[in-house]
Amino acid sequence: MERRIGLVAAMAWAREKLFSTPANAALTVGSLALLYWCVPPALDWMIFSADFAGESRADCTGEGACWVFVKARLGQFLYGFYPEGERWRVDLAFALLVAACLPLAWPRFPAKGKIAALLLLAYPPVAILLFHGGAGLAVVETARWGGLFLTLVIAGVGIVASFPIGVALALGRRSPLPVVKALCVAFIELVRGVPLITVLFMASVMLPLFLPEGVSFDKLLRALVGIALFYAAYMAEVVRGGLQAVPRTQYEAAESLGYGYWQTMRLVVLPQALRHVIPGIVGIFIALFKDTTLVLIIGLFDLLGIVQAAVSDPQWIGYNVEGYVFAGLGFWIFCFALSRFSQFLEGRLAHTGRRARRTTKERQMATLDAPLQVD
Amino acid sequence: MQRHARIFLLGLAVLAAASLPALAQQTLKAAKDRGHLLCGVSQGLPGFSNPDGKGDWSGLDVDFCKAVAAAALGGADKVKFLPLSGKERFTALQSGEVDILSRNTTWTLSRDTALGLNFAGVIYYDGQGFMVRRKLGVKSARELDGATACANAGTTTELNVADFFRSRGMKYKLVTFEKSDDAFAAYVKGRCDVYTTDQSGLYAQRVRLDDPDEHLILPEIISKEPLGPAVRHGDDGWFEIVKWTLFALINAEELGITAANAQQQRTESQNPEVRRLLGSEGDTGKSLGLDADWALRAIQAAGNYGELFERNLGAGSPLKIARNVNALWSKGGILYAPPVR
Amino acid sequence: MARPAARRVGLARIDRFRAVAVQGLVLAGVIALAAWFVGNTLDNLAQRGIASGFGFLGSTAGFSIIVHLIDYSELSSYGRAFVVGLLNTLLVSAAGIVLASLLGLLVGVARLSDNWLVARLATVYVETFRNLPLLLQIFFWYFAVLSAMPQPRQSHSLFGLIFLNNRGLYVPKPLVTADLWLVAAALAGGIILAACAWRWRRRRGGTARWEGAAALALAFGPAAAVAALAGPVTGWAVPALRGFSFEGGMVLIPEFVGLVLGLSFYTGAYIAENVRSGILAVDKGQREAAQALGLSRGRTLRHVILPQAMRVIVPPLTSHYLGLTKNSSLAAAIGYPDLVSVFAGTVLNQTGQAVEVIAITMAVYLAISLAIAGAMNLYNRRVVRIGESR
Repeated sequence: MERRIGLVAAMAWAREKLFSTPANAALTVGSLALLYWCVPPALDWMIFSADFAGESRADCTGEGACWVFVKARLGQFLYGFYPEGERWRVDLAFALLVAACLPLAWPRFPAKGKIAALLLLAYPPVAILLFHGGAGLAVVETARWGGLFLTLVIAGVGIVASFPIGVALALGRRSPLPVVKALCVAFIELVRGVPLITVLFMASVMLPLFLPEGVSFDKLLRALVGIALFYAAYMAEVVRGGLQAVPRTQYEAAESLGYGYWQTMRLVVLPQALRHVIPGIVGIFIALFKDTTLVLIIGLFDLLGIVQAAVSDPQWIGYNVEGYVFAGLGFWIFCFALSRFSQFLEGRLAHTGRRARRTTKERQMATLDAPLQVD
Repeated sequence: MQRHARIFLLGLAVLAAASLPALAQQTLKAAKDRGHLLCGVSQGLPGFSNPDGKGDWSGLDVDFCKAVAAAALGGADKVKFLPLSGKERFTALQSGEVDILSRNTTWTLSRDTALGLNFAGVIYYDGQGFMVRRKLGVKSARELDGATACANAGTTTELNVADFFRSRGMKYKLVTFEKSDDAFAAYVKGRCDVYTTDQSGLYAQRVRLDDPDEHLILPEIISKEPLGPAVRHGDDGWFEIVKWTLFALINAEELGITAANAQQQRTESQNPEVRRLLGSEGDTGKSLGLDADWALRAIQAAGNYGELFERNLGAGSPLKIARNVNALWSKGGILYAPPVR
Repeated sequence: MARPAARRVGLARIDRFRAVAVQGLVLAGVIALAAWFVGNTLDNLAQRGIASGFGFLGSTAGFSIIVHLIDYSELSSYGRAFVVGLLNTLLVSAAGIVLASLLGLLVGVARLSDNWLVARLATVYVETFRNLPLLLQIFFWYFAVLSAMPQPRQSHSLFGLIFLNNRGLYVPKPLVTADLWLVAAALAGGIILAACAWRWRRRRGGTARWEGAAALALAFGPAAAVAALAGPVTGWAVPALRGFSFEGGMVLIPEFVGLVLGLSFYTGAYIAENVRSGILAVDKGQREAAQALGLSRGRTLRHVILPQAMRVIVPPLTSHYLGLTKNSSLAAAIGYPDLVSVFAGTVLNQTGQAVEVIAITMAVYLAISLAIAGAMNLYNRRVVRIGESR
């Protein structure tokens, strides 16, 4: 009896949601056909006919995907050319990071500020020591860094370094001093007007030309500087959106307390503005994460770079799809998780209602792809 | 506010101080201070410069850099390799990102002049060729009218192909890729009828295939490609070190000095040419700004030119390329190094 | 909105003298830094004997470019190669923008569909393509999908007229004796004329259905007339297998197709979200009112919802178009000869003049960006005005 009720309910649901009008029914049938045409062959290729066992190309039967390829190159995809014996250092550094970040992601964890400060101050030296070596650990040059490891390093350093620069630029853009404002506007608009790849190219091969002879940095460091400056301009625009959302009364209140410019900004405006823009910052982080792939054009081997190198290796020509699916999965998991996190934060901001004066529409305008918004 | 201004000024002062050591002719000193040589190599070309699964480099161009590092800095391991794409290699050398460009680079007039490069000699005489699928039935490059060719972007290859087809009134399409591996992969997958690059490169790529016999390297060589290491203009001392390291390796082959017997030859040989080269007579290193053992170290590090060739390109390698024009002048080739004296 | 307050706070605390002093210092610092960079660069260039100046633009290029919209051969100059690269960038961006907009509109509407399955499929599309790096998607289209097309001899063929193989998509080309530029000019003129007439009619209140047809005739009529008068289509060049591959007809090379697919699927996902939030922002009462008036669902969407949603859609749309144009520079990775690939790649490599070449390249992108931003701002102002006047 219960089953029949379930069936009836399901049919009612289907009639309403799938077959309400003839046009709707046609759409449903079309979609089902599309699914039938795509999903079973894809599943068959990925799983049922795929090769999992073996070591070399000879173990690929060619009926489905050959995951042997990914298995054979997994070490490279994750760590690049990082020496096998030293890879535990990378694992350890990321484990530390995750352990430190967990309490931060927790909504109501005590002493968040202190943990965050500790993370920002103490973690970078530890990570650099572990990654690069020194003080007893064997030195691993950055040229050997690669794969997912390098992708995470670039994304992490890029976002952390671009944040303070972006805040400074945003404050500069709203500064009462016209020269400062003009310089900041010029920098922001210049950077946002050109493709990242030209900036990377400049950082990669032209920067040494701008510096005195003999002064030269590591290639990875130069790419990081380029990425950080590039994304700082986008960050500045997101932060500016937050600054604009702080009501005028807040400035007036600060003034009545006798606060100066920096005190007003530091104690009153920025704390409110930055809370507003956290979803926007996560959005930038997603964009940055995806854009780390561009470093392959200047010869660094990020996750996509090393996969592309592997699929172009004549020993494995013809296994592109496997490589791209693997790399894609890697990127997708990170980006999707981040975008969900951003939505969660946005929802929480909306719920707290402290700044409920902003209408839904305005918030959509401000957060929807704020990093790319042009005024 | 004032505090910020002060910080800013301080920053400027630091930058100004950093600019002080901006003096010319500093490559050797900078490399010594750094502790290693920066050597620009290809992103992966078997026989010339190729990283293995661990990221260790091998090949003719790589060994040459090791020899220079041994001669100039005292150790074959005092060198770091930077993979450069065809496009970025000259800018990287010009801008000082690398001290020496040892990246199967063709010596041409415009590169020697307008690009500000100095070629230190020829390490391999090459020529551009074509590879096609056997089943196309093409036997000669003259039958390629209307073909599509894949090549590496930013190389002389692009220009040579244009010259070759244009001068014969033949039509062609050229698809160029950032990396030679991508270009070759596109050819293998059928985007192009022809893959074209220096002939050594054709052999190098073909051996990596599953079915090398399916691919034919056409007999025509359509260009002269003298490949050699290059340094930038403005540092003659460094240019001479690189140039004479190459000559020392070639002379060593001519004199029968090998990596294994160099030390012994140095003490026992009565041949004045050998004694001068290995530093037991006179002091050739002094005028180069190095010590007397420079050539000895270079030879011990990598072997003489013949050893380099055999190990990386010749019988001792999977490529099995014959010496042909790259043999010594006394053996029917055109390798001829000026005397060390 | 808070700007005046900020200024007041600032001026209350920072007196004029200090403001001037601080700004002077900052300006001096920036100028000093710039001068230092320029000085270093000039020193380095002179010392290393690298050529400088823009004279190279007149020298012979010597290389071929596989796609060129204007006449170009190996004997053309670097300057002409630059123009070819720029036009290729514009071509691929324009194609990408059109396709991405269509895709975005379609998927954006589909996401709000009452049909559960369609809405879910649209969501899957958006979440997949938005969360994958664009370069990966371009690689996928080019190296995995398009290179799996058959060899020329085994082409997929449609009526023996259209062929698809791993060398590209071949379609017949009309053979016309007329100057194509004339036709293009007539077409452009017709479209402008039609747009003006349409606006004029609209301001006078309402546009009937026949007027739409009239506008279309006005737009395409002149071009058709010019084509018919100056030289009718004399025939069609049908692509045919000759030698190594197909010849005759027009071809879309796989590098172009791969890039356009990558750009439009990626940007389309963003535009879809953009469209969706625009539609959601339209007051629910509007839809109900339209339905109460007896408008069909399609007409409600077209005449009531979308015009109002445009107010929310347009500002982010600008940045998506800008992003797409800038992202077209990824062409270099798959060998499509765009500006970065031809000019900042091959030309830079042949001449070695990195500073000049990169400066020109960046300036061009900046100009394109400013132009698109300007045009969209203009449009945006209009859309907002219309919205408010309702």
